[in-house]
Amino acid sequence: MAVARDSTSSTRFAQFKLVLLGLDSYMLLSLLADGRLFRLSCQTTGCTDCFAYLGESAVGKSSLVLRFVKDQFDDYRESTIGAAFLTQTIALDESTTIKFEIWDTAGQERYKSLAPMYYRNANCAVVVYDITQAASLDKAKSWVKELQRQANENIIIALAGNKLDLDAKRQVETAAAEAYARESGLLFFETSAKSGENVTELFTAIAKRLPLETASTRQRTAPKGVDLNRPNRRAPAASNNGCTC
Amino acid sequence: MDEQYDVIVLGTGLTECILSGVFSVEGKKVLHIDRQDHYGGESASLSLTQIYEKYRPGEQPRQSLGRDRDWNIDLIPKFLMANGELTNILVHTNVTRYMEFKQISGSFVYRDGKIAKVPSNEMEAIRSPLMGLFEKRRMKRFFEFIGNYEEGNPSTHQGLNLDRNSMNEVYTKFGLESGTKDFIGHAMALYLDDDYLTKPARETVERILLYVKSMARFGKSPYLYPLYGLGELPQGFARLSAIYGGTYMLDKPVDEIVYEDGVAVGVRSGDEVARAKIIIGDPTYFPTKVRKTGKVIRVICVLTRPIPNTDNADSLQIVIPQNQVGRKHDIYIAMVSTAHNVSSKGHYLAIVSTICETDNPLNEITPAMHLLGPVLEKFVGVEDLLEPIDDGTKDHVYISKSYDATSHFETTTDDVKDIYERIEGKPLVLKQRPADDEENFTAFE
Repeated sequence: MAVARDSTSSTRFAQFKLVLLGLDSYMLLSLLADGRLFRLSCQTTGCTDCFAYLGESAVGKSSLVLRFVKDQFDDYRESTIGAAFLTQTIALDESTTIKFEIWDTAGQERYKSLAPMYYRNANCAVVVYDITQAASLDKAKSWVKELQRQANENIIIALAGNKLDLDAKRQVETAAAEAYARESGLLFFETSAKSGENVTELFTAIAKRLPLETASTRQRTAPKGVDLNRPNRRAPAASNNGCTC
Repeated sequence: MDEQYDVIVLGTGLTECILSGVFSVEGKKVLHIDRQDHYGGESASLSLTQIYEKYRPGEQPRQSLGRDRDWNIDLIPKFLMANGELTNILVHTNVTRYMEFKQISGSFVYRDGKIAKVPSNEMEAIRSPLMGLFEKRRMKRFFEFIGNYEEGNPSTHQGLNLDRNSMNEVYTKFGLESGTKDFIGHAMALYLDDDYLTKPARETVERILLYVKSMARFGKSPYLYPLYGLGELPQGFARLSAIYGGTYMLDKPVDEIVYEDGVAVGVRSGDEVARAKIIIGDPTYFPTKVRKTGKVIRVICVLTRPIPNTDNADSLQIVIPQNQVGRKHDIYIAMVSTAHNVSSKGHYLAIVSTICETDNPLNEITPAMHLLGPVLEKFVGVEDLLEPIDDGTKDHVYISKSYDATSHFETTTDDVKDIYERIEGKPLVLKQRPADDEENFTAFE
């Protein structure tokens, strides 16, 4: 998480790490970009409704798109190649911009092989289930448990019942999922990655819950560590008085 | 799992994870399996509960140690050289973006019963309590020689030929005392024993330069360390591999390596068989194909205050050169703490390690234990160092070496490169991964 204020305006800018969980969490990568909707979706078991619909801004920029289209989602793994670190920016209000650094599981959740690194310092999480598959809610519940065990205690978790567009095939009642979410202190939305319904609302609701106020007291959060990408500071011959401690 | 892959990797130690990442990035279809339920293999960082399970089964962690989740205890004590090859690989593969690194605060050496900072340049040599006045001048001249040395300019060579003269001869040229040689050879060139003295000086000079350049890069010490422990390194490379399509299966038993005509063709787990022409793995997966080269003792110590006489450093390395304590191999102390998110508040984690020379290794490390001050908890492990008997070109089984007793990852990355070359028949050349690889869908910046 990093918060900075632009010195030339009163704009506040904060960055948060968001993790996505749930078998078809990629579907939720249906994000609003630059006013144009682009959507990523993925194969789930027996799902024929999923498709990749990408707005102009993204088309052609990524090998992922090609793989998506070419492979027609016949391989779950393929669907995540190169797409594990997306960012999405949301303007919360006139003076506050929030950037989500979105980590997907890179397929490591498939065999329950998710690395602890994934939960590390996550500020928020979206756990997705499929309203047309009763078992997917149980799976989502186990992910919530895992998050509560492994992640920050202040993590904001949102439960998203996806495929709202397939209401006719619904197996999970809204009231049941909502009650579970309330009990467990989760945000709750039913979404459709296909139509985009409630997707922005979901991200905005998370953004509003984030601890902006405490974070913004610091002018700029300096990175805790050292920057390995920084080139060598000086040549060894000139390294007099290198030690400062 | 019943599928054809290009490469199957067994064990999620750092060596295996780097190779897995490299091969996935190159477009190979990789299956990566670990029989354990966590990442890292022998190079994992464990929680308190996991450490007790491993070293003291049945016992509960002491209450005062605090929350389990605050602990990331390394099994193998190593640091990254700021200018070393692992840093280079991390930068080239962009794995740096999954992790944060912090400096180790101090690099110390033991001489005549005391510890002092390792001087890394002329100025520090002048101030160092490690040497007398005249020796300081000699040391200064030695540093000037190292710093000014240019391969193509014989006037900077001071009559020495690094490929012909031994390091002993170089030391003699500058008239350095044996105690000074100890800290140059062991705390800077980071040799574990004195075999280097009679070998051509070039490698030693290169190692000293690596130390000096690493020191110059960030300032406090030449060493870097990932927040949340060394176990983050294999996880980072595993993520890289997964992003490029690698399949990960933890907690998956490996029952058999399947051979056809003496050549490995796959791996069986239960009644599933995954097939591949290349099998890579750590020595624990191939007990009949490795030999023992020695034993290492590693003692994980929990302290409640910093190590005495180190200016309360929150992290450090202390090298005890073998000569100083009448041994053949150096003893290392590596200490990290809450500053690196590896222990709960008010606790320090020091690992003492050395290559065993007797049947009573715990006795061998006494000089190091004396330096630590009071120790709250101690977990002792003695492990075999293993290496493959064959290079894998015949049976297509490519086995890594155990993590050795050196204090850094240079030998680990050497092993990575060696295995790669054994498999591909050409040296590993890392290409810079495009910075925006994972941000192709960035809405706007």
